[in-house]
Amino acid sequence: MDTNNTSRKEFLATLVATGLTLAGCSAKKTPFDGIGDEHTKPSGEKVKLLSVDGEVIEVDKAFLKPVPEMPAVSNSEARIGIAGKKFVMVIDLSRCKNLKKCQEACNHMHHVHSELNWLKVYPMQEGEHTAPYWQPTTCMHCDHPPCVKVCPVDATFKRQDGIVLIDSDRCIGCRFCMAACPYSIRVFNWEKPDTLSKELCEQPYSCETSMPQKVGTVGKCDFCPDMARKNELPHCVAACPNGTFFFGDVNQDSVTNGAETFRFTDLIRDKSGYQLMDDLGTHPSVYYLPPVARNFPFEKGLENDHEKI
Amino acid sequence: MEKTTSINIEQIPVGPKVKLNGKPAQVVLTDEKIIKDLLPQKFGKKGMLWVGFLLLVCAIGLFAYIRQLKYGLIVTNMRDYASWGIYISNFVFFVAISLVGSLITAVLRLTGVHWSTPLTRIAEIIAVAAITFAAIIIIVDMGRPERFYNLGLYGRLQSPIIWDVVVITTYFFISLILLYIPLLPDMKILLANDPEKKGFFYRIYKFLGSFWKGTLLQFRISKKAINILCITIVPVAFSIHTVTSWLFATTYRPGWDSTNFGAYFISGAFLVGSGGVAVAMYVFRKFYKLENYITDLHFDKMGRIVVMLGMLYLYFNINEYMVPAFKMKKSEEAHLMGLFTGEFAPVFWTAIFGGMILPMIILLFKRGRKPFPMFVAGSMVVVGAWLKRYLIVTPTLLHPFLPMHNVPASYKHYFPSWEEWAIAFGSLAGALLIITIFARIFPIIPIQETITEQHEKNNK
Ligand code: SF4
Ligand code: SF4
Repeated sequence: MDTNNTSRKEFLATLVATGLTLAGCSAKKTPFDGIGDEHTKPSGEKVKLLSVDGEVIEVDKAFLKPVPEMPAVSNSEARIGIAGKKFVMVIDLSRCKNLKKCQEACNHMHHVHSELNWLKVYPMQEGEHTAPYWQPTTCMHCDHPPCVKVCPVDATFKRQDGIVLIDSDRCIGCRFCMAACPYSIRVFNWEKPDTLSKELCEQPYSCETSMPQKVGTVGKCDFCPDMARKNELPHCVAACPNGTFFFGDVNQDSVTNGAETFRFTDLIRDKSGYQLMDDLGTHPSVYYLPPVARNFPFEKGLENDHEKI
Repeated sequence: MEKTTSINIEQIPVGPKVKLNGKPAQVVLTDEKIIKDLLPQKFGKKGMLWVGFLLLVCAIGLFAYIRQLKYGLIVTNMRDYASWGIYISNFVFFVAISLVGSLITAVLRLTGVHWSTPLTRIAEIIAVAAITFAAIIIIVDMGRPERFYNLGLYGRLQSPIIWDVVVITTYFFISLILLYIPLLPDMKILLANDPEKKGFFYRIYKFLGSFWKGTLLQFRISKKAINILCITIVPVAFSIHTVTSWLFATTYRPGWDSTNFGAYFISGAFLVGSGGVAVAMYVFRKFYKLENYITDLHFDKMGRIVVMLGMLYLYFNINEYMVPAFKMKKSEEAHLMGLFTGEFAPVFWTAIFGGMILPMIILLFKRGRKPFPMFVAGSMVVVGAWLKRYLIVTPTLLHPFLPMHNVPASYKHYFPSWEEWAIAFGSLAGALLIITIFARIFPIIPIQETITEQHEKNNK
């Protein structure tokens, strides 16, 4: 657990460092500037707060400052992507036992309609005598994305950093992209997601969080670019206790599942990574490591395999 | 127009270069008789019932659509796998049947075929009505119809949908003009023969056609315009259906991933269109008593055309199904077996035998090309074609590359909900309503052209 934490921290530290350099480039003032610096004088008015350790503490009101959020990305910025990045995912099939923690986390964090999944875990078997395995499947964020090719209104688009996103404020709901995606990864909001809270509904749509999902438009796995901007891992990657998913940046040639970090090229070479249906010419950004030397027998996953109702 | 008793011979416009004498044929078709026979007729009791029925079906469809607008596409039974259902098959059907306008009006006219003259207007109004509802049904299928204008704001030329929007709009306007120009001389006749010289229809004719004086120059210009339009409409017609087929063929899915699709769709479109014309010929002839104008000869010729197109379509079907079935690629297997022996087999074989082979067998016999058997065969072709469109759209979607897994059971099958049926039938009824109302206002057989041809015949 300790090693896990350190390597995760290291990864985050590098990411934060790059993030800071990036942030440094834009000299924009945030609304939090000037609050809580050394010029702030105590007001004498105290408020009671609960500390992280569970103790009640008193703080002068003047020293309270709002937690700075990452500045919201405008939808036109969201169309460009994070400069200098090219995101990839590696999914190690030998580690998956169909726990579906990834799916749960994804559905929960994106408020996906309860009948739908953005992330699917398929029981796969190529031939009669070949071994079955579990295959978690996200959007492949294809470099030649058929869904983007067919979209009549540019509602689904490819960014510089490789991520394919959807602008639900623009999507006309023609579902051509669903027909075009060979990975059947896209889902449609046939009705308003039953998981949306009222407050979330009222928020403006953001392409990077893909929220709130809107009735009559299409949705899919977005590689969590909002998390990447915060230098954090996508929800599925962070949620998998078996470390099945690795996420990273090709330009830095590194991928991590939080606990372990690898050179992307080494990992793909040493473990014979491959892409799903690449013969179609889609050039996926998701790579799979074949299910050899498995951590769990296939049957283990059957316990958790039920259809949605 | 039953009240029409006197016809002023002076006002009968006569085609240029044609004299007014002629040898009587079996039935004497004088100009007065032609006009009297072909003027639009008031709806009888049956006509009223028919219109009432169509209005009712449309109203139910509209009600269903209002529900869909209110609750979203959840009221349909489409889900993530079967993400296109009978709306899209209906759309393809409408686009297909609309191609007949270009076939009868343009292709036959350009190749110098004369017997088809009385059928041109029937074909053209079928085309206009069908293409109108093709556009409507595609909006019905959209998850966000109110964002339709995004196609203009953000339209991207690389998407086949944009190509479709462009060519369908073009086709609609060319068809409309091709319907309108030959109507001009007829409108003069209508104006001349309106006994009261007032009323709603009279004002329509006046508004649309009063500038037509029937001068030689006008005839010459209109003839030229029609020729130009006939030439332009052929590539546009081919485009609308080719592009519609590309909505499918530009994807990877088994059953759609075919280079054959454009030609396959066009041949099927001509078949269903001529089947539709055969049905319309029969109905108009029967209810408007047009036996002298739509004769057995027309049915015979139309029957031959249907057989020829049927063979062409059958040829493409064999290509579409036999070649992949010979190889049985893994990705195609589930889809093909679903059609041949599985879930979709009953519909598939009905469409192949009932919609193609059987009508062709009927029409191979001379007695099969008499009006009533033609009506039956034509109806079979049309129904078969509708089923075929369904088979092209949905089964493919239900056989994706990756398994359908971890979804509600309802996602794995598709049977349209009542709202979908209501809207689909409402759109069909709407198209029929356009045709019916058109035939109430305007002569469904071109009067002027019939007179001109009669004169030519008599002069020979
Ligand atoms: S996996 Fe499908 S949805 Fe994702 S980029 Fe590729 S084609 Fe588009
Ligand atoms: S459903 Fe939306 S995202 Fe998909 S092709 Fe249509 S407009 Fe584009």
